[in-house]
Amino acid sequence: MYIYSDFDAEFVRSRVKQFRSQVERRIDGSLTEDEFKPLRLMNGLYLQLHAYMLRVAVPYGTLDAPKMRKLADIADKWDKGYGHFTTRQNIQFNWPLLKDVPDILDALADVEMHAIQTSGNCIRNVTADHFSGAAADEIEDPRPTAELIRQWSTDHPEFAFLPRKFKVAVTGSPNDRAVTKAHDIGLRMVRNDAGEAGYEVIIGGGLGRTPMIGKILRDFLPKADLLPYLEAVLRMYNLHGRRDNKYKARTKILVHETGLETLRGWVEEAFIEHKSSHESPSEALVARIESAFTPPPLDTNIMDFSSLDKKIADDPILRSWVEVNTDEHKNPNYTIVTISLKPIGGTPGDASSSQMRVMADLAERYGHNELRVSHEQNVILPHVRRDDLPAVHAELKKAGLATANVGLISDIIACPGMDYCALATARSIPIAQEIAERFEDMKQARDIGPLKIKISGCINACGHHHVGHIGILGLDKAGVESYQITLGGDGTENATIGQRTGPGFGADDVVSAIERIVDCYMDLREGPDETFLKSYQRTGADPYKIALYGENARVESLKETVNAA
Amino acid sequence: MARAFTPKVVTANDLLDGDVIYLTKNGDWSRKHGAAHLLTIEDEANQWLAKAEAQQEMLVGAYLADASLDDDGKPAPIHFREAFRAKGPSNYPNHGKQAEL
Ligand code: SF4
Repeated sequence: MYIYSDFDAEFVRSRVKQFRSQVERRIDGSLTEDEFKPLRLMNGLYLQLHAYMLRVAVPYGTLDAPKMRKLADIADKWDKGYGHFTTRQNIQFNWPLLKDVPDILDALADVEMHAIQTSGNCIRNVTADHFSGAAADEIEDPRPTAELIRQWSTDHPEFAFLPRKFKVAVTGSPNDRAVTKAHDIGLRMVRNDAGEAGYEVIIGGGLGRTPMIGKILRDFLPKADLLPYLEAVLRMYNLHGRRDNKYKARTKILVHETGLETLRGWVEEAFIEHKSSHESPSEALVARIESAFTPPPLDTNIMDFSSLDKKIADDPILRSWVEVNTDEHKNPNYTIVTISLKPIGGTPGDASSSQMRVMADLAERYGHNELRVSHEQNVILPHVRRDDLPAVHAELKKAGLATANVGLISDIIACPGMDYCALATARSIPIAQEIAERFEDMKQARDIGPLKIKISGCINACGHHHVGHIGILGLDKAGVESYQITLGGDGTENATIGQRTGPGFGADDVVSAIERIVDCYMDLREGPDETFLKSYQRTGADPYKIALYGENARVESLKETVNAA
Repeated sequence: MARAFTPKVVTANDLLDGDVIYLTKNGDWSRKHGAAHLLTIEDEANQWLAKAEAQQEMLVGAYLADASLDDDGKPAPIHFREAFRAKGPSNYPNHGKQAEL
C-alpha cells in the first residue's frame, strides 16, 4: 500500500480546508450555485436525483482494512449505512448532507483517501487489474505504474482543463481484466525481445455515445519513458482535442478524425522534443513507490492440501463457492477470492457498513491486509491461503457475502441508473435485480456458464453495456422506459463492441427477452465448453434475432442481405 | 393554433440535503409533490419559476416539470423521471420520500 508523503498529506488536508470554507460560503449565501458547482465537483460532490452523492477515489481499486473500516464508519455516521462500489473502482455515498461533506473528507484524509479528480475534465482516478500483485498470469504488478501516474496527474496544472475527462487503465497481465481498450489510454505490460518489461500503449478507447475500441499507439514503450510519453500524448490531446462539441471531445474522436498515423507522428515528435527536458521521476521516488507494493510474505514451502481438498469436495456449498469465486494465484499455496457484491435480488455493488467491516476483518486475518475493488463491482481478497478458504467462506456466509456467482449470469454490472443518477434515461438496478432473480438457481447458472450482463441507464455507458456479452441500455422512449439489447460485446484483450439486436423492450419485457437469448444459446451451443460468447461468435446474431423478434426477423435479415448484395 | 400548454409544477433540490422540493401556492416549498402549485398558464408558470430561481440561497436547479391532477385532485407527475423524484429509489423502499408515504 502506498503511504502518503508529508507533501501528499498536507495537500489533501489543505484541499479539505478550502472546501470547508467554500461549503460555508455556499450555505451562507455568499457563493451562488454557478460559482459553487465547479468547486464541489472538483471535490467529488455531485447532486443527484434525491440527494447529494460523494464519489470517493479508490486509487487503482486498492484498499486495506483501516481504509475499508473508515468507509464503513462514514456510511454509518453520515450516510444510510451503506456504500456503492462503482465500475471505476470507486465508492459512492448516496445520501450525504452538504454541511457534512467537509467532515467526511477529513475522515477520508485520516486514512489517506480523498475525492479529488473524481469529476471534471482532468485525468481521473487511474484504474488497474483487480488481481494485480496476485494473478498467476502477471508480468508485473501494474500498481506502481498506476501510482506513478496518479502522483504525476494529481493537480497537474497543465492538464486540469482538458477538452474532456481522461481515463487511464493499466494491466500487468496478458489477460486483460482492466478493460484497457475502452480507456483514453490503456497500458498493457508486455516484454520486448530482450525480455524487458514495458508497455503497449493503447489510445482512443471509450464507450458512451460513440463506442470505440482503443488502437495501439506504441507497441513497446520502455518503462522509464512512461511519463514523458504520456505527457506528449496529453499535450497533443490538449492542443488538438475538440472543444467545440462536448460529444466530440474525447480522445476516441481525436483518433478517429485525425487518423492514428498522424496522431502517432505528433506524439512521437512531441515525445522526442519533450524527453530531453522532462524531469524524469527520480530513482528514489520510483524505488519508494515500488517498495510500497512489495508482495506480502507468502509461504513458499510445498504444502499438502489433501485434507482440505476432501473437506471442500464433501461440502457442496463450499465447493461451488471455491470453484466459482476463486482464481489462480501466482503462489500455488494461495488463491484469489472474489467476494460477490451481487446477492440475488440485491443492488449490484452495494455493501452495508457491517459487510465492509467483515471484509476488513477477513483481509486482516486471512488476506495480508489487502483488498481490491473490481470494475465489476465486487471486492477481492487477493492473497488467501488455500487452507483458510473454509473459514473465509463461513465468515462471508454469515455476512450474506457468499453468493457463488462470480462471472455467471447473476454477476451483473449495473450503473445507478434513474434510481439515483440525474443523467439517466431509465433505471438499471431493478432490471439487474429481476434478471438475477429469474436465474436464481445456481445449478442452472453454472450450467449456462460464463456470461457477463452489463446494464447502463443512459448512453454514457457507465455500466459498460457495449462490452457486455449481453448489454442492456435503458432509454426514454416517448416517456416510457425502454431497453435496447446488444450481443457479443467483450471487454477483454479481444475487446469488441456488442451489436444491437433490434428494437428495444419495455421494462416488463426485458427480462423474458434475456431468457429467450439464454434459451437460444443453450439450444445452439456445441457443448458446455462453448461459452455464450464463443457460441455467439460462431452463429452470429440471426438466431438470436429470431428468438427475440420471431420469424419476421428472418425476413428482415434476408432483406438486409439482398439489399447489401 | 397555439399548442396546448401542459400544466407545470416548479421543482428543485434543497441546497442542504439535496431532497426534491416543490413550490406551493403560498410561495413556500414542500417535500411533497401533492402539495405543489399546479400552474396551468404558461406566463404564470414562467413567473413562478423566476421567483424560485431567485432563491439561490436555499435551492439548486429549479425547473418546470409537467404535471396533471390525480384522482384526489392533487398534482401528480406525468413523466416517469418525475415520478421517481417524487418517490425515491426503487431498490430501497425505506430510503427517500417513499419512507414517509
Ligand atoms: S450510464 Fe448514465 S445513468 Fe448510468 S451512471 Fe452513467 S450517467 Fe448515470
